[in-house]
Amino acid sequence: MRHSFMVSLLVLILAFSAAAAAAPDPRLEAARKEGKVVWYTSLALSSSEKVAKLFETAYPGVKVEVHRTGSQRILQRMMQELQSNIRNVDVVHTSDAGHYVLLKEKKLLMRYTPAGVDAFAAGFKDRDGFHYGLRATVNVIAYNSKMIAAVEAPRTWKDLLDPKWRGRLVTAHPGYSGVIATHVLALVHLNGWEYFKALAQNKPMLVQSAVDPSGIVASGERPVAVNGGDYTFYQAKKKGNPVEIVYPKEGVPLVVSPSAITSFAPHPNAARLFTDFIFSRDVQQVLADTEGLYTGHPQVTYPADKPRLPDLKLLTVDAEELEKRNEEIKTRFVEFFGA
Amino acid sequence: MAGAAARLRPRRFEGLDRAAPVWLLAAAALALLILLPLGWLAYMSVSSRSGFTLAHYARVLGDPALQKALWNTLVLALWSGLLALAIGAPLAWLSARTDLPWRRTIQHLIMASFVTPPFLGAFAWVMLAGPNAGALNRLYRSLTGATDPLLNIFTMPGLIFVVAIYTFPYVYIMITNTLGLIASDLEDAAAILGAGRLQVAWTITLPMVLPAILSGFILAVLQALALFGSPAILALPAGFHTVTTQLWAFFQYPPRVEMAAAFSMPLLLATALLLLAQKRLLGRRGYAAVGGKGGQRRVVRLGRWRYPALAAGLAVLACAVFLPYSILLKAAFSRAWAQPLTWENFTLENWSFTFLHSATQSAIVNTLELGVLTACVGAGLATLLAYVTNRRLVVGHQVLAFLALAPVVIPGVVLAVALFVAYTRPPFLLYGTLWILFLAYLTKEMPVGYSQSDATLRSIHPELEEAGRILGAGRLRVLREITAPLARSGIIATWCFVFIGVIRELSASIILFTPNTKVMSVVIFDLKEEGQFGAIAVLGVFMLAMTFAIVVLMQAVLGRDVMGGRQSSGAG
Repeated sequence: MRHSFMVSLLVLILAFSAAAAAAPDPRLEAARKEGKVVWYTSLALSSSEKVAKLFETAYPGVKVEVHRTGSQRILQRMMQELQSNIRNVDVVHTSDAGHYVLLKEKKLLMRYTPAGVDAFAAGFKDRDGFHYGLRATVNVIAYNSKMIAAVEAPRTWKDLLDPKWRGRLVTAHPGYSGVIATHVLALVHLNGWEYFKALAQNKPMLVQSAVDPSGIVASGERPVAVNGGDYTFYQAKKKGNPVEIVYPKEGVPLVVSPSAITSFAPHPNAARLFTDFIFSRDVQQVLADTEGLYTGHPQVTYPADKPRLPDLKLLTVDAEELEKRNEEIKTRFVEFFGA
Repeated sequence: MAGAAARLRPRRFEGLDRAAPVWLLAAAALALLILLPLGWLAYMSVSSRSGFTLAHYARVLGDPALQKALWNTLVLALWSGLLALAIGAPLAWLSARTDLPWRRTIQHLIMASFVTPPFLGAFAWVMLAGPNAGALNRLYRSLTGATDPLLNIFTMPGLIFVVAIYTFPYVYIMITNTLGLIASDLEDAAAILGAGRLQVAWTITLPMVLPAILSGFILAVLQALALFGSPAILALPAGFHTVTTQLWAFFQYPPRVEMAAAFSMPLLLATALLLLAQKRLLGRRGYAAVGGKGGQRRVVRLGRWRYPALAAGLAVLACAVFLPYSILLKAAFSRAWAQPLTWENFTLENWSFTFLHSATQSAIVNTLELGVLTACVGAGLATLLAYVTNRRLVVGHQVLAFLALAPVVIPGVVLAVALFVAYTRPPFLLYGTLWILFLAYLTKEMPVGYSQSDATLRSIHPELEEAGRILGAGRLRVLREITAPLARSGIIATWCFVFIGVIRELSASIILFTPNTKVMSVVIFDLKEEGQFGAIAVLGVFMLAMTFAIVVLMQAVLGRDVMGGRQSSGAG
């Protein structure tokens, strides 16, 4: 499994290098002069690093500086830096669609349409052409199959309110993660804030990143995750951890994570080159194959052991509403869960 | 008598000769370092768009959630301080004054606990005593068949425990240093006059060590108050805030800096009062008995208590060093940290993943640069200041001493915010550079550096310098040729303390870093938020190795222990 993956990665790398070598690209020259692209990303570190390495192999001479943290931290960082006139970031990628409403409004994004995104699914495109969905995930329930039998496992969001789960749950934080902020809003639409008030009674362990619950469940520190991107659980399972994923029948919150170039990008050419690259079919396919993510690319195929997006009941949230209610989501969550 | 005093007085002002600019510069640097950010903090707490306001105070003090955070911090600091005292004081006495076996080993291990970054300890204890996956709980379950965990580290007692096992060295150091300076003459005198062993300890030794005990306790409390990493790792998952984590949360977008400033003020006031109280308590006590002269230190025979005492000491050190280090090492080489380290579970991938991560490499370089720079400047400045205040060279030297110790009452997060505001506008545009981190570290380490230098200089009786002055040497020459050689090991120890403090600094860095100025602790915290246990363990092990390399190097240079060096040379 591992080897075949390495081989395919190698083939990919060779293919990329060949493509890059074949056509001398004036943009590549410009990007090389800039030397690097600075990428603030909320994609799990291992996945981000993988994408960066692929790019650096395809375009030698252009480095990718990966700065991985949670979506909300990325926004905080960017705003904090701009306030002090520091223009550092070229490409910004978070999982909170609301951020892009805000950034666009503040004129901090560059209008750029990566090659080939016209064919992407509707939910992945900004109608004004500022940002596009790089990847998507859905929030799911997951459990440790060594500690919990399949028949006992929670099947719906409401099952998690059962007092038998007290002290056995883990949740990630909307104050850190865009995936979780989206999740919270979607479930508030479905069940109201009462749902989270009741969930808090079960005293879930609070972690930050939507990536973290999968590790917590895999280690057995808490047997059930009440949210988290399905791709993180999928990866944990693929690595041989006793993790099972549940797609609740009430529907799963869909999180499309946009990517955009900043209006003040210090390395604009490298940023465009990088953006084209990450939206190319090959990279999108890597995201689907090795990371277990969904994409907006129509030609991408998915692993057979993952449900297809159209087969899932998706809960979507409006980006503008997410932006408007960002503070409410964080404040009320903290009010219920304590921190 | 009065005549002698009058004849003595002019000598103080002789200090203001050619050396005066040096003192004044040191004083000015300190004032700028402390007062500028503090001024900004105060200003922010009462300013709004429409001018002066007390609304921020009303809001933070009226909010039940924030009151809770304040209360949690008080509980945490007080209990950690007491626990640190309960651990540190007996250990100090045992290793300084008794025939405890393996004294040197114990000292080295306490040193290890001291240099262990508290957040790494907290992180290791998550793996040890997480209620379900924690190694100790697994062991307990498999031995007893119980279903409930033995320990739950994600609780207030858990947090207090983890904080105390890494703050007790402060108490220990304070007390051993003092014990090392007290000759046994007085104790012998009491014994000759018929006092029993306990009576001697109670009526002679204890009063002389009391200042050190109180200082150690207060230092431990202040450390616990200002900690950010441990509560962030242990309290947040359990759903409770402390002041520091709450302050940090204020800076999430959209930032509420005014609220944070207002929220830090009551804490600042309380800790300042604590320090003043300490000064009042100790100020009148003379240190004449704690002289620089030689003298025998009597060794107390423990008899049949030798080995029980050793076992107790080792138990503490198991919690602070053996267990956390083992689990970190294990996690660094495991695919799944919670599984046994079998051949299938063994991996080197964590290492390659961590060091190939571009942020890691630059963070290591940044951390080292900042560590060396801050330690050099900090040790120099602290020594100068301690000299000025000890020898009362300038008017207002008490204020200087207070300023040097003042940062101890400013939680790193608050200091960082103040620095952030102070240095993101002209004339000092430092945000985004390593300099702002340097300033934060220098300010933050000043109390530790100053205390250490102060203790060193206090132990050097001025009469040696006075002899030099009488023979016609200038202040600076005396400083260079008499004081500095006497204080050499103290200064090097200060350097070490500052360096180690910088290496593990998290609470200020977490606000002040930019992607290009990340330091190792920030990278670890980032990884923690994503739950990358393997990578954190790797960086943690690396950080510890780096720290120990410095310590060992220092000890080689000095030819003896950096910490508690006095009593080891006395007893050994």
